[in-house]
Amino acid sequence: MNFFREITQKSWLPTDGPGDEIRDHGAFALPQATVGLRVFLVVATVLFLLFVVAYSGRMAFPDWRAMPEPWLLWPNTLALILGSVALHGASLSARRGRMDELRTRLWAAAALSMAFLVGQVLVWQELFALGYFAAANPANAFFYLLTAIHGLHLLGGLGVLAWTVTRIYGGVEADQFKQSVNLCAVYWHFLLVVWLVMFGLLSFT
Amino acid sequence: MADIVPTAAEDIPSAEVAEVDLYHAKSWWTKYVFSQDAKVIAVQYSCTAIAIGLVALVLSWLMRLQLGFPESFSFIDASDYYQFITMHGMIMVIYLLTALFLGGFGNYLIPLMVGARDMVFPYVNMLSFWVYLLAVVVLVASFFVPGGPTGAGWTLYPPQAILSGTPGSEYGIILMLVSLALFIIGFTMGGLNYVVTVLQARTRGMTLMRMPLTVWGIFVATILALLAFPALFVGAVMMLFDRILGSSFFMPAIVVMGEQLSYSGGSPILFQHLFWFFGHPEVYIVALPAFGIVSDLLSVHARRHIFGYRMMVWAIVIIGALSFVVWAHHMYVSGMNPWFGFFFATTTLIIAVPTALKVYNWTLTLWRANIQLTLPMLFALAFIVTFVNGGITGLFLGNVVVDVPLSDTMFVVAHFHMVMGVAPLLVIFGAIYHWYPLMTGRMLDEKMGKFHFWVTFIGTYTIFLPLHYLGILGVPRRYFEMGDTSFIPDSAQDLNAFITVAALIVGFAQLVFLYNLFRSLRHGKISERNPWKAASLEWQTAAYPPGHGNFGEHLPVVYRWAYDYGVPGAPDDFIPQNVPNNAVAESHAEAPSAADDAEAPRT
Repeated sequence: MNFFREITQKSWLPTDGPGDEIRDHGAFALPQATVGLRVFLVVATVLFLLFVVAYSGRMAFPDWRAMPEPWLLWPNTLALILGSVALHGASLSARRGRMDELRTRLWAAAALSMAFLVGQVLVWQELFALGYFAAANPANAFFYLLTAIHGLHLLGGLGVLAWTVTRIYGGVEADQFKQSVNLCAVYWHFLLVVWLVMFGLLSFT
Repeated sequence: MADIVPTAAEDIPSAEVAEVDLYHAKSWWTKYVFSQDAKVIAVQYSCTAIAIGLVALVLSWLMRLQLGFPESFSFIDASDYYQFITMHGMIMVIYLLTALFLGGFGNYLIPLMVGARDMVFPYVNMLSFWVYLLAVVVLVASFFVPGGPTGAGWTLYPPQAILSGTPGSEYGIILMLVSLALFIIGFTMGGLNYVVTVLQARTRGMTLMRMPLTVWGIFVATILALLAFPALFVGAVMMLFDRILGSSFFMPAIVVMGEQLSYSGGSPILFQHLFWFFGHPEVYIVALPAFGIVSDLLSVHARRHIFGYRMMVWAIVIIGALSFVVWAHHMYVSGMNPWFGFFFATTTLIIAVPTALKVYNWTLTLWRANIQLTLPMLFALAFIVTFVNGGITGLFLGNVVVDVPLSDTMFVVAHFHMVMGVAPLLVIFGAIYHWYPLMTGRMLDEKMGKFHFWVTFIGTYTIFLPLHYLGILGVPRRYFEMGDTSFIPDSAQDLNAFITVAALIVGFAQLVFLYNLFRSLRHGKISERNPWKAASLEWQTAAYPPGHGNFGEHLPVVYRWAYDYGVPGAPDDFIPQNVPNNAVAESHAEAPSAADDAEAPRT
């Protein structure tokens, strides 16, 4: 879409003939679901950015005490990376029509993502056991808050992934689920990037 | 309906949106309750918003009774008063105005006006309403929990919002924050639909610059909301942590009733920044749809094209962008670096430029137009006057040195009620009178409508003009009662009593309006097709009122903008958007006399 050309159109002038303004697609030559996901990712980016801004703002106060970094966060991160890779692979399999491979990769992605979530809960338990409660320090509270918000986003993604898997097993046409798998992969990559930023923030501050 | 009909479109392929399977209801429940049809969802949103708005209206009466006749009502104490203020403000701004403009008008008008069969994600759209309803239920529940709803003021500033001295600090504040978070989640679902439908599901020929300004207003407001609401979400969730888990995001070290609380080191100012980063765009989330709708009302009912359409679109976009860099003008009294004050005062005043441009263009649209003093037009005219009044006092308050002494007075209350309370509501009323026939096939009763208009218009001025004066006298806002003060004359109390009487009368007029809404459903005059002779697509549907799928077998093809009114030679003085040029030419050839008879051909 040439946005500038569109919004400078002199729409009050009569056009030469019928239909000369006809377009074949919407503002972007993309499926609606893709545009929808991208708009949502912008909103989610703003949300996480604002958390980062609030984090940075609060961090500057003298009572800030950085938390220890549980080693379990590293395998968790690895699980999320592998989950993202598996979904990317699933997207490729869907495009090539390799159904068995697709199913395996989808299950792998789901399992790895669940492992990530379980791992995060274990990290919470470990920190609780060590006495790092939310009330003790804002750094602790931010850790729980950011991991919870990120985890909820992943949980929502898993819901959509489950729906996609159900459709695949329900025998829906390949064209219909190809897009869903692809969008899941994009969403997982997004959440991976968000997690890497959060992990960096939580680890180094 | 226009005498011109589309005739030459055979060679133009119809503009079906192939990607989306149109949802078909299979039962009564999925048709009227769990419906995925945007028109039904719009009605659901509107009814819920108006119902909760009525609660806020009653709360305003209670507040006014206390202010007008202090010490007369034993059932209102200071805590109740703060709860009334808080809930009135929050309900009106978020649960009524935002929900009605975007969820109500957005759902009804966007698909019809851009020539789509429905929103692009109907299931998500349905979920949006149900999550909104849940948010409203949680909000209402706070009236029934121990301690009642929060009385922290609609800005919910910490630390006082969660301290024991504030009413509702036990459960009320928790329910309020949860309700806000739910509202934002629900809105995001709807907002994705509005944006993607405008971007991707416009019918053939409906370029961005052929969209009616109503769609532009709602579209840009939705983008603002999608970007601004996350700030409120972040603030709400962090405050929930502070309240429930005892964290200190916003809570500083504090002593309450001689007791040192466990909080320490938090920043209340951080919450203020988050709140107003949402709060100021929120003004335009409400105002931009009003701007768009009023432009269309003026154009249709003045039988004249909107003046400076392109500037109007750009102004909407520029106002939307600027609204993100003015938030701290709400925080002058919180204290800030003077350079920040200078920056935010400057950006605030700059917003007046595109806004004033819109006012000029509305006025110039009316210049030498064939003004029809219909109910929608009356409300639109009242909006312009009210918006100018409220906007000018905004210029006063945008300056730091003027804002600081006036900030905590009734002057601010009067200002924001004029600019974002009364003005948008006037547009909502005008819009309901305008589109009610499209939604129901019947007209609203005109006599009741005229009564509603005049009492509301004159009544709101009798409420809010004196309130400015009280503010300049120094009458503080948020005070349960004045008590004895040396600087405010006793006569101020007489004025307060007068305002209360006016508020009750205006409130009564709203009940007449509601009665009219319900009565006309059955007993209203049957509306002819396109009773206002409007050119935009929502009036050109095959069925009237539009049925499921909005349009007939084929979607319309658009050949022009939505403002071809007062066209010389057009048989009915206007040309609908879906009429091709050659049909207009043929029509001219066939009916030359129509050109002579056409009303208001001045362009």
